[in-house]
Amino acid sequence: MGTKRHFRVWRGDDSGGDIQDYDVEVNDGEVVLDIIHRLQATQTPDLACRWNCKAGKCGSCSMEINGMPRLGCMTRMSTFEETETVTITPLRTFPVIRDLVTDVSFNYEKARETPAFAPPVGVAPGEYRMQQVDVERSQEFRKCIECFLCQNTCHVVRDHDENKPAFSGPRYFIRAAELDMHPLDDREDRKEYAQAKQGLGYCNITKCCTEVCPEHIKITDNAIIPMKERVVDRRYDPLVWLGRKIFRRDQLDEPAYTPAPAHSAGSSVPSVHTEGTPFTSGRRGEGAPVRDDGRMDVAELALPTQGGPSPFGDQEFPLPPGHLNYDPPAHD
Amino acid sequence: MHKWYYVDDYHYLTPFYSPCITDRCVAGSAEFGTPLPKFWLIPEAAFTLPFLLLFRLTCYYYRKAYYRAFWLSPPACAVPDAHQKYTGETRFPLIFQNIHRYAFYAAGIISLINTWDAIRAFHSGDGFGFGLGNIVLVGNVVMLWLYTLSCHSCRHIAGGRLKHFSAHPVRYRFWTFVSKLNTRHMMLAWITLGTLALTDFYVMAVAADWFPDLRFVG
Repeated sequence: MGTKRHFRVWRGDDSGGDIQDYDVEVNDGEVVLDIIHRLQATQTPDLACRWNCKAGKCGSCSMEINGMPRLGCMTRMSTFEETETVTITPLRTFPVIRDLVTDVSFNYEKARETPAFAPPVGVAPGEYRMQQVDVERSQEFRKCIECFLCQNTCHVVRDHDENKPAFSGPRYFIRAAELDMHPLDDREDRKEYAQAKQGLGYCNITKCCTEVCPEHIKITDNAIIPMKERVVDRRYDPLVWLGRKIFRRDQLDEPAYTPAPAHSAGSSVPSVHTEGTPFTSGRRGEGAPVRDDGRMDVAELALPTQGGPSPFGDQEFPLPPGHLNYDPPAHD
Repeated sequence: MHKWYYVDDYHYLTPFYSPCITDRCVAGSAEFGTPLPKFWLIPEAAFTLPFLLLFRLTCYYYRKAYYRAFWLSPPACAVPDAHQKYTGETRFPLIFQNIHRYAFYAAGIISLINTWDAIRAFHSGDGFGFGLGNIVLVGNVVMLWLYTLSCHSCRHIAGGRLKHFSAHPVRYRFWTFVSKLNTRHMMLAWITLGTLALTDFYVMAVAADWFPDLRFVG
């Protein structure tokens, strides 16, 4: 049998709201999200809250617990005193939709603006070969579950709404670092982009993003500071600049990859809508690659050689039908 | 000021006065000549102290600490910052934080000079000498090297800027070594602040005859 504990939960919508008091039963082993669910089941069936996996892997239940950005499902009730009041509020950086649910579209817009992986020229998908030691650094950033706690806690946008157009936030700095460190990424201008369009210079490395990251990604030390140093290489280091001029390296480093314009005139390109969105700072979002006729290629899943040939050369595709344990689509 | 910085008997020179380059520097302490005149505003180590300060001022750890503690931007995570407007390190003067790597190069040279001072301190009188002061000086130099090498700029220069570690195995090993140190950059920053003060105090106390140096040899 649990004990009754005191909770304060922000209730309201985009027109305003306030903090309301509840006394809820708490049992051993429960987390804050369990309490939200109990509240919904007993006292406030209309309490709005995003949640999904309850295992700290989906990044849905981001909220502020006693003022600290946390995942509701990963905050154990045993970390609070029995007499302690627990205050739960929505993410402050993003506009409230209702109760604990906020509109995080700022992040999706910034995601669309961040240049995607640029495939290396002359290497077909399925033929990519990388050494583990080369991709290790990028892999750390793939742990991101996009809970946007780092985006929420970053004071650059948390306390200054006016910086939102110019600043992409820690989540997209690790994306930029991930791709800049990627051994096969073909883009050379990620550093310039991070500085000019993502607002890397706004970061004053106070490390709150690292502190709140539930995946324990070392955002500041492993992504932002290395990115800042890479930007210094390109923009602020006079010796490097001089060396590049003297040895004509600046010509070698010209961007080898020029993405096709996102909105080519007259075609039915599936475009990504960014015009008129409030947070646009960089390039427009890119649509998916299309064929000459302006239509998207057939989905890879329907192709006979999904994901390309086996890297070990011991397997021919398509597999003989007798080797399959599922009903394959017919290719006539 | 301007005295008790050097113990002539044992060649102990405090790191804050190294290299000693004004006309005030007593014989023996001025290893690199005395090109500067004596003027009360000019510190004995006029060529190095500004760079040491710059190294710590632009250090990524110190930046975090003082932006939080003194600039209140933000005072702590998820606590509102105290400014109407915020532009970060995008414009003058904070854009000059980007010169950290040059401060690191300077700090490397200064560490070399301090290493030379610590080695020279083993020469007391006519031959080899070894006392508690040597342990203090060497300990300080070791910690200074660890702090300097654990710098984020050093990590970048060592190998962080590479895209293909597999093509540069030696730099990758150096980067791995620096990365391990780098996780302790904050601790090393505080330790070296302590060892510098302790070394300076020890040399001053011995020079001013507050207490004699504990000698093991010579």
